[in-house]
Amino acid sequence: MNDHHTNAGEAPMSYLDYTVGEPIADTRAPAGPIEQRWDRRRFEAKLVNPANRRKHRVIVVGTGLAGGAAGATLAEQGYHVVQFCFQDSPRRAHSIAAQGGINAAKNYRNDGDSIRRLFYDTVKGGDFRARESNVHRLAQVSVEIIDQCVAQGVPFAREYGGLLDTRSFGGVQVSRTFYARGQTGQQLLLGAYQALSRQIAAGNVELHARTEMLDLIVVDGRARGIVARDLVTGEITSHLADAVVLATGGYGNVFYLSTNAKNSNATAIWRAHRRGAYFANPCFTQIHPTCIPRSGDHQSKLTLMSESLRNDGRIWVPKAKGDTRPPGQIPEDERDYYLERIYPAFGNLVPRDIASRAAKVVCDEGRGVGPGGQGVYLDFADAIARLGRAAVEAKYGNLFEMYQRITAEDPYTVPMRIYPAIHYTMGGLWVDYDLQTTVPGLFAIGEANFSDHGANRLGASALMQGLADGYFVLPPTLNDYLGRTRLDPVPADHPELAEVEAEVTDRLHLILAVDGDRTPDSFHRELGELLWDNCGMARDEAGLRHALARIPELRAEFWRRIKVPGTGAELNQALEKANRLVDYFELAELMCLDALHRSESCGGHFRTESATPDGEAARRDEEFSYAAAWEYTGDAPVLHKEELLFEHVHPTQRSYA
Amino acid sequence: MNLTLRIWRQQGPDTPGEMTEYRVSGISEDMSFLEMLDTLNEELILRGDRPVAFDHDCREGICGACGMVINGQAHGPERTTTCQLHMRHFEDGDTIDVEPWRAGAFPVVRDLVVDRSALDRIIGSGGYITAPTGSAPEAHATAVPKEAADLAFEHAECIGCGACVAACPNGSAMLFTAAKVVHLNVLPQGAPERASRVRNMVGAMDAEGFGGCTNTGECATACPKGIPLTGIARLNREFLRS
Repeated sequence: MNDHHTNAGEAPMSYLDYTVGEPIADTRAPAGPIEQRWDRRRFEAKLVNPANRRKHRVIVVGTGLAGGAAGATLAEQGYHVVQFCFQDSPRRAHSIAAQGGINAAKNYRNDGDSIRRLFYDTVKGGDFRARESNVHRLAQVSVEIIDQCVAQGVPFAREYGGLLDTRSFGGVQVSRTFYARGQTGQQLLLGAYQALSRQIAAGNVELHARTEMLDLIVVDGRARGIVARDLVTGEITSHLADAVVLATGGYGNVFYLSTNAKNSNATAIWRAHRRGAYFANPCFTQIHPTCIPRSGDHQSKLTLMSESLRNDGRIWVPKAKGDTRPPGQIPEDERDYYLERIYPAFGNLVPRDIASRAAKVVCDEGRGVGPGGQGVYLDFADAIARLGRAAVEAKYGNLFEMYQRITAEDPYTVPMRIYPAIHYTMGGLWVDYDLQTTVPGLFAIGEANFSDHGANRLGASALMQGLADGYFVLPPTLNDYLGRTRLDPVPADHPELAEVEAEVTDRLHLILAVDGDRTPDSFHRELGELLWDNCGMARDEAGLRHALARIPELRAEFWRRIKVPGTGAELNQALEKANRLVDYFELAELMCLDALHRSESCGGHFRTESATPDGEAARRDEEFSYAAAWEYTGDAPVLHKEELLFEHVHPTQRSYA
Repeated sequence: MNLTLRIWRQQGPDTPGEMTEYRVSGISEDMSFLEMLDTLNEELILRGDRPVAFDHDCREGICGACGMVINGQAHGPERTTTCQLHMRHFEDGDTIDVEPWRAGAFPVVRDLVVDRSALDRIIGSGGYITAPTGSAPEAHATAVPKEAADLAFEHAECIGCGACVAACPNGSAMLFTAAKVVHLNVLPQGAPERASRVRNMVGAMDAEGFGGCTNTGECATACPKGIPLTGIARLNREFLRS
């Protein structure tokens, strides 16, 4: 009967027997000059008569920057939006935690920035594994986002003349990052949330808070709804619509320890994957270089320290191995400012993947600092001497406070200790230029898709992409879909609804029925460590094969030993965790397979077998200049390659020296 | 460290609750308060007992999901969110009382989880600037004096956790409402809706059953983001001039 029997672990799926299927191509981006493609696409898109829009129901899952912006905008245009979030309020989506800023090619600084340069930087920063058409559109739309947010009252940092302030951010040499102290994500999200709240109050958006999507309903080959669980009552219900938009964020929590919010999870995109949406580049995960190191086994999550700190902080470790002196007692000439030494042009501002790997290298050499030697210093002594304490406090005060609260150390007098942690996932559901997945009528926006960041995301680009997708890209492309597609109503007694609901319910019952002796968190920690060790900052064939062998064993153990008290018909947070874990096991396997098959290094994906003589990532364009879109089969997956063509930015080995 | 916890357990909004005592041991001072509760919950699960339900998400002090009354204080002894409260602020052998937010407008959902959707409805009544997507003028078309931008930001930092309501003897949401009214009303972009915003939001606040403000000031003391009490004075001025 149901495919959850494969979960029960008797015959683990042989992911290694994957096959290569037909290539896949983006057929939506118009041809012609890249600067005109988005205009052309919008012009060629079908429109829906304003009077007809209210007859269309659109489901939006997630209320972060992408989902919040999309829900508000679609409702403003007249669609009837049905929106879901698992939090108690749409304002709590994890976009709220983004600290540093949002990029836009405004060139307010007159420092040589342009749409072309933002496009160029993003394609290069992504190590030539993103689609040019998409990235160019992102750069174009970036300028409109700032206008929109200012109109909403987002309190960006301003100069004394009343104009907007900007700063530079990792991996670029222009000052194009707009910010609101260290809480840019919060302020942008509140802007979207307020616009969404206005539409909820007006009755144009029907909000289901504390409700989690657990499956996708596909009827006649089109996405027509979702099955969701009310997290308070446990009730499983189907919701129907003419299109479904997933804005459910990334899957970094598969690692257990990450900078993601505890409840961010992969279930919505994974269930959509199982219903036919291809999953692209799952191994492209971003490890952020500046996080607070873990303090012990009790650690439940990792906290990011904004990358903006690298503008003024200097990163160093002792020159000597095993030097345990307090940092203040290590003289200047016995310190190794390794980023400034290896990358003199960019220094402490190299992209995230490079900064993270460099930290790992010095720690692996035995020069790491703090407990377990898993840390490097981020030192503000020079900045305080140069700018004064007050200026440093004005820029980074809240971050310093947060650091001190967590570590009980004062970063004004003792250098911060930082270490890389999982932060963002560039991979996600494969989408075309219209942000539509391989399931017609199913769209994926924001971090949930794979589209714009290639193998590495530049700082301050996630907020840009989330809002670009939600405010400006999805609304016209969704119009086009609804304008072109004849959709018959799906009757409430359609057998597919009952079937999917039964599958969802059965799975929860199976979890509850095991009544074993291990908690969901204990399995999640073990899976996370396995992934961090073998599919983290550095990957090699032996480690990935080990993980691919171990994950099915761990999954089988889960189905023998998981323990979840209580029932499914109530608020049951342990059940929520266990249910998400079932999807993490499968996703983890696909990540490892993707990482194994891509035997090149690129961006955040570093295969130790593919490095330049000086240890940098070595891409192999002739073999791997493609996005890997994986098709779910229930057995070994099928790989569909989307060839990436670079007509405007010529692929070169990235150099930040 | 070893601790005794007395935690409010309540099955649902219509069932009576009670304080239940638990002991936890081996607590590290580097743990956050929520990680300490995680430790307890792991033990409860293995025993087959219902773990303690509490809201939490980002665990870095910004999403506003977490919040409990710890030894009678909203978010506990430090001025921060519960997730950023660390066990180094407690002593070995302490007995700690843990209760949900207590306010008429926040019904208990289960254990330490309460329903704060009334705050969302206050925002929906006017806590926005009407600016449909695509309609915005160029960002630099209107300069905003730095003082106004900074004042707006100071109030926009509110995370909507509800600690102000929980700390207030009247269960008032004045500080929460003030934070949004001041944020938007001091900006030139917010000026056209200035009067209707404050009237509608204050009306919604009253309709949701929040108490009145008697200038006790507990709200600003409990606020993890330091929203200033002067915000309430500004709210009152905005209301009077509307």
